[in-house]
Amino acid sequence: MDANRTLTPVLDLRHLRLELDGRSILDDVSLAVREGEHLAIVGPNGAGKTCLLKCVNRILRGWRGMISVNGVSIAAFSQRELGRLVAYVPQVGGRLTPFTARETVLMARYPHLTPFAAPGLRDQRYAEDALALTGIGALADRSLDTLSGGERQKVYLAAALAQDARLLLLDEPATFLDPRHRDDFRRVLRTVNRRKGVTVVEVTHDLNCAVLDADRIFALKDGRAAFCGPPEQFMVREVMHRVFDRAFLTVNHPTTGQPVILPEVGGP
Amino acid sequence: MRRITILGLTVLVTAAVLVAAPLLGLETIDPRQVAGGAGAGPEARIFWSLRVPRVMLGFLAGAALSVGGLTFQALFRNALATPYTLGVSSGAALGATLAIRLGAAFSLLGIPAVSLAAFAGALLAVALVYGLARARQGCSANIMLLAGVAVNFSFASLILLVHYTSDAAASFNILRWLMGRLDTVGPDEALRLLPLVAVGGFVALALHRELNLMSVDEELAVSRGVDVDRYRVILFVTTSVMVGGVVAACGPIGFVGMMVPHVCRLLIGPDHRWLGPMSLLAGGAFLVACDVLARLLAAPAELPVGVLTSLLGGPFFLWLLVGRRGAACSA
Repeated sequence: MDANRTLTPVLDLRHLRLELDGRSILDDVSLAVREGEHLAIVGPNGAGKTCLLKCVNRILRGWRGMISVNGVSIAAFSQRELGRLVAYVPQVGGRLTPFTARETVLMARYPHLTPFAAPGLRDQRYAEDALALTGIGALADRSLDTLSGGERQKVYLAAALAQDARLLLLDEPATFLDPRHRDDFRRVLRTVNRRKGVTVVEVTHDLNCAVLDADRIFALKDGRAAFCGPPEQFMVREVMHRVFDRAFLTVNHPTTGQPVILPEVGGP
Repeated sequence: MRRITILGLTVLVTAAVLVAAPLLGLETIDPRQVAGGAGAGPEARIFWSLRVPRVMLGFLAGAALSVGGLTFQALFRNALATPYTLGVSSGAALGATLAIRLGAAFSLLGIPAVSLAAFAGALLAVALVYGLARARQGCSANIMLLAGVAVNFSFASLILLVHYTSDAAASFNILRWLMGRLDTVGPDEALRLLPLVAVGGFVALALHRELNLMSVDEELAVSRGVDVDRYRVILFVTTSVMVGGVVAACGPIGFVGMMVPHVCRLLIGPDHRWLGPMSLLAGGAFLVACDVLARLLAAPAELPVGVLTSLLGGPFFLWLLVGRRGAACSA
């Protein structure tokens, strides 16, 4: 990685605080994500992981502190400009809509369209590429309410890719997917991250996928940063116990030899 | 069938309805008799000063109700949401009822007091619902719908109360107003409605991409770059004013705003780029056609057109709920 790219983080959070209904959700969170990095955000339920993502794309407002994308505070962008820089894949379980997969993906070209214009040939090419990359070209004309959860999640990934942003935020994108769909999903993420240099910030509960796929792990607990560092340093019993209040152990995979995280039998 | 074909057919049917409607009625008029303008005899006068304005008013009202319903279904992601659900019609009805009960007979700029009171009532109700939902920060779609339902119930009982204390003549006028009407003399009423419908219709049709994204999911729309807060207010205000104007002019004509967008969605799909123009045309044509039926069915008397639209709308809606559950639930 050359020196220039490391100078300005793609995403920079400084002293981020968020309160909802008088309850503190995020408390003094700072985090810098380098361009081309794959960051996994882990932590117990209710730690503020989803809210952190939603602050970045301005779904949630009213936070304090600073959030900047490519070195510019996100307050300086219009929503449309921000949409060209940051794309988002929400949690599984979105609404069933009668739009087809292709329409859904094409609609994600919105921030690139001039006012009132319909998507053009260029936008259609982006949509077809994204459909092909995620392997759902054959489902393109099916409406979303006829697709399975895993297929639908791939459509939302394809849409986020068609949005052509350099920063991709994903909120537990693969939590409810079967092993095959999950691995498809991870493969696509790896491709866009490694080959296209798209920065990936992924909230996940799958610790083993996180340590395998991510360059860095960021752990949140009760709205505060509890750990930030490379996967090897995260896979330490004390660290994981501190984050999750639960005992884990690591064993080596019988065929690959890679360390695998297991919950310790008998609870905490 | 391709969407362009369906929209083309809608244009043709609408054109046919608009041409045929003013010729039909208690007396069928020969097109050759009216070619010379309003001065060419009694048929020409009926045609130009009664029937054509009536068709204009019906088309504008139907188009506005339909596009308004479509917009609110997308904004609230709810198959049952229309401006009426949010209190526009009950607010207007309360305003009109009060004006009739109090015998308000003045008019301002040619607009009768009852219409003015109805328009004010409609806007007041919407502002009330919006304010109530706003007070609980965030103004989520569900809270607004529930606030609308609550306001509707309160206003409905206030209308009954005012109605109950009225004398026989006022009582009849209130009842007649509540049934909805399209009879009009001269083009003034239609022309007054035109700017409201033009603005409201243009905004809803121009914002088809935003409506598409917002109809799927509001948070996702934000992440795609839609300034949801801004567009929601723009769409909400222009639609409410437009539909408020329609109710003030024609009374609370029911079901057009709810059922026409659903039928169009079944035929042309969920993309607002196509759905918007089709709903506008189909809504206008449907109300004009209902009005012709209302004039013909009980001739020489006239059925109130609002009664007819609801009479057709009720069973249709049940069919939609029971028979086409999937399509109906995914507004």
